[in-house]
Amino acid sequence: MSVNFDKAFGVHDNALLLFERRTQLLSENIANVDTPDFRARDIDFQQALQQAQSNRLLMQTSHAEHIQPSQQPFSEHVQYREVEQSAADGNTVDLQKEKAAFAENAIRYQTTLHILSRKISGLKSAFKGE
Amino acid sequence: MSVFKIFDVAGSGMSAQMLRLNTVASNLANTESVVTNREDVYKARHPVFESILQQTGSMDEVATVRVKEIVEEETAAIPHYRPNHPLSNAEGYVYSPNIDAVAEMADMISASRSYQNNVEVLNTAKQMLLRTLQLGQA
Repeated sequence: MSVNFDKAFGVHDNALLLFERRTQLLSENIANVDTPDFRARDIDFQQALQQAQSNRLLMQTSHAEHIQPSQQPFSEHVQYREVEQSAADGNTVDLQKEKAAFAENAIRYQTTLHILSRKISGLKSAFKGE
Repeated sequence: MSVFKIFDVAGSGMSAQMLRLNTVASNLANTESVVTNREDVYKARHPVFESILQQTGSMDEVATVRVKEIVEEETAAIPHYRPNHPLSNAEGYVYSPNIDAVAEMADMISASRSYQNNVEVLNTAKQMLLRTLQLGQA
């Protein structure tokens, strides 16, 4: 049986990337809480992770005028948040919800990080044969 | 690496809120600045924020905040009849700006809270990044 690092880390390396992108989106929402006409964005977690698992094929470009693939991971899953009521200035950031989502996302990130850490130390001890 | 972009976003939010706090301080400081001519009176300033995302609409964009413009409030100056004031005009009037101090205070609290939120985001992002650096070291 060969050791495959992609399989060793399972879903967790993709999840880490996803949490990171989500942190960025939520921080943008929080920073733009007073920006007129700003529409809050978020990522559909389930859908994005599912697609990440089913072998994402990256587009190759060989010419400057080719359509450039997205610069950031999971951009195709970013959506505008649906809100019940927007502010008078067209801003759709609900600060309480954004902060809650940000905290939840940070905890999830650290949990995934912890799991990865344990997996690495498991691999390390397997290599050493202790 | 998008963790570093979080620092840009939160940093831009902090600087925008700081500018808002500055205009509030300037407005509050000038509530009693009287002048001789009605036209020279101080006008309350308010920043208008914008996000770069609004121009492109691309989902790839990093939505940092910036100050689009600072608008001056067009409210009529308040005349005061003070013939003994050194700045009074021929009819004995001085003019003071029409600044809503209560609204300015509310604006100040709002700016301060938003600033704190951005600091919190920055701290959390920093912690996440540092923990990620230590991955596999334990």
